[in-house]
Amino acid sequence: MSVYLDNSATTKPCAAAVKKAVEMMNENYGNASSLHNCGYSAKKELDAARSALASFLSCRENEIYFTSSGTSANNTAIFGTALSKKREGRKIITTKLEHPSVLKSFELLEHEGFEAVYLSPGKNGKINLDELYNAVDGGTVLVSVMAVNNEIGSIQEISKIKDIIKAKKSGAYFHCDAVQAFGKIPLTPKKYGIDLMSVSAHKIHGVKGAGALFVSSGVKITPVTVGGGQENGIFSGTEPMPAICAFAAAVGDLGSIDKNLEKAGELKSLFLEKLKNLDKVYVNSPGDALPYIINISVEGVPSQVMLNSLSAEGIYVSAGSACSKGHRSSVLAAVGVAPKLIDCALRISLSKNTTENDMDLLYNGIVNAVKRIRR
Amino acid sequence: MKEIILIKNGELALKGLNRSTFEDILIKNIRRRLKPLGEFEYRKEQSTVCVIPADSSVDMDEASARVGRVFGIACYSRALMVEKNMEEILKYTPEYLSSQLKNASTFKVEGKRADKKFPLTSPELSALTGAAVLEKFPHLKVDVKNPEVLITIEIREKNAFIRGNQTKGAGGMPTGTAGKAAVLISGGIDSPVAAYMMAKRGLSLIAVHFASPPYTSPQAEEKVHKLLREVSKYSGNITLFTVGFTEIQEQIRGNCPEDLFTLVMRRFMMRIAQRIACKEDCHALITGESLGQVASQTLLALGCTDSVVDMPVFRPLIGLDKDEIISVSRKIDTFDISIEPFEDCCTVFTPKHPKTKPQQSVLENAEKLLDVDALVEKALENTKVMNICF
Repeated sequence: MSVYLDNSATTKPCAAAVKKAVEMMNENYGNASSLHNCGYSAKKELDAARSALASFLSCRENEIYFTSSGTSANNTAIFGTALSKKREGRKIITTKLEHPSVLKSFELLEHEGFEAVYLSPGKNGKINLDELYNAVDGGTVLVSVMAVNNEIGSIQEISKIKDIIKAKKSGAYFHCDAVQAFGKIPLTPKKYGIDLMSVSAHKIHGVKGAGALFVSSGVKITPVTVGGGQENGIFSGTEPMPAICAFAAAVGDLGSIDKNLEKAGELKSLFLEKLKNLDKVYVNSPGDALPYIINISVEGVPSQVMLNSLSAEGIYVSAGSACSKGHRSSVLAAVGVAPKLIDCALRISLSKNTTENDMDLLYNGIVNAVKRIRR
Repeated sequence: MKEIILIKNGELALKGLNRSTFEDILIKNIRRRLKPLGEFEYRKEQSTVCVIPADSSVDMDEASARVGRVFGIACYSRALMVEKNMEEILKYTPEYLSSQLKNASTFKVEGKRADKKFPLTSPELSALTGAAVLEKFPHLKVDVKNPEVLITIEIREKNAFIRGNQTKGAGGMPTGTAGKAAVLISGGIDSPVAAYMMAKRGLSLIAVHFASPPYTSPQAEEKVHKLLREVSKYSGNITLFTVGFTEIQEQIRGNCPEDLFTLVMRRFMMRIAQRIACKEDCHALITGESLGQVASQTLLALGCTDSVVDMPVFRPLIGLDKDEIISVSRKIDTFDISIEPFEDCCTVFTPKHPKTKPQQSVLENAEKLLDVDALVEKALENTKVMNICF
């Protein structure tokens, strides 16, 4: 039996998603662009998936564009905005907390002559909105801020960002990387003033190979993945139907966001309470972080050794962020974690299916590792 | 007409009556390396081995790259095998060597006749071919002393061979002609280089790796597999023994003085490696140690690790600087793998102030706190075997 607590890296696909993906492969394998019945039948499934996601996000169907991943959604939003608005200005703003798919896009744009601003988080893992206010100007074309950080779970004040852009009379688009937030906190883009929002299927028990970008009507981005003109020309390429339809099935299977969140909060408090029995264990996630992501440092047990030790017991967590293998996390440094504690950082990420028993087994695993390894 | 590879033996020519055995092993090694690429015929002629592909579908670029990694070859070249008449020779020489000749400014033709019945003398053969080359490439000049391209026309018993400049081979002795030895491999930069250097002198290899889960990751073992796969491109197959080392390290940590951790550990490694080596018919151990590089590689420390084994311990890097070792590791494509950031067992429980001038007796006393024989036996039982080949 295994205890999977690396849900920010990926999740186990739910039964409904797997069933739908298999159905799409076995029975409904047509190309949604084909004009015969087999294609038409796939097209209907694609429309249904779009409609399901649109209703979940309280937006219109023509505001949802399927992509192949969270990364491709982020790339499409950022490069698409830069290309479409490059005549209006060259300033782009983001944070040091972002996922590499955002940070590296910004770096590339810097090479192309854009001026990029990277806002630093405070110890609470949040950016200072006054700094954002000061950074935005008439030449700013894009502000990209993630909703929930993937390493420490800190939540940004997303609802206030569009107001700041408006207050500075900037025409900048607001892009939100909501990959970690999607399905975990209520985040409907319209209500939060978001122009562009990225989500990913496999983080919410869908299957790998599908993401989506919400593009608010009236927002114009230039496509960067071009070809057959799928997804209204915004993201060309034959639609990965099994992954897209499984995505919709997984959304339908999410249940109540509030109830799930409450349960995750209880599991987190119980776990942190138990951890107090151990010396020299530090919680790196801020107190008001998303409870699904718990970042801790167990001093004296290097991350990789803890990970190997837990892994041997069938307990799977991550060291820092799964995306930054072998590199010291810049996010933990940014929120003021000391280097020797960064080397001992663990990211425990829960899902809506995580149980108290899972957390107990994790706690026992950590105790065993500390006993054996710490000197 | 067919493209072939001509191979010149290295030091083999010196080996007197054993030469034929050495040559047979060399051919066997080449054969094994080229087998995946297709069928080849092998002809021994004087100090040359001719490698002739059965058909033209063989990837000759890959074949010659592989030949370039076989030990025991001084130099080699690709050559065109044509009919033994002047018409063919004059027609194909400029055409076959055009890419070399286009970019050169001087050349020379050297005629060689193994078949003395060929109607032209060697100087006549050279002169006629040279004229044909000049006609096609009028920008060239003949330079008999120091030509940029040396064209050799060899008249052999059955065919004529046309070739340009030779390529330097991997050198050394054919793998397997010097016997078999066990290399202790960690995952760092040094040990794969040591393995490569001893394989170059004709040793076949087995490898011994020590893994200490959970302190070391499965990825660290995977890294060793990748390193050995690169080494095996030169050395041929390597059998890898991965020894479960956790208990020994924990026992050392629990019972021995901290400043001796590394040396006691090294002595365990040597004992275990020798046991495996004996069983596998090896007659030496190989390590990647370099004098003074780290605390366990001082003169006295090396003496203390040597003293627990009877076999010769080869340390081909002993007199090399780190940058010299790195340049070899880049040459054999192991450097980028070696620097992947996975801990190996040598970096687990590293003492803060390791002993650099250890005394044998102090180490022996420290080891009295452990059941050395039982720990060695247990580690040997807890050993995985896998075969690594390119």
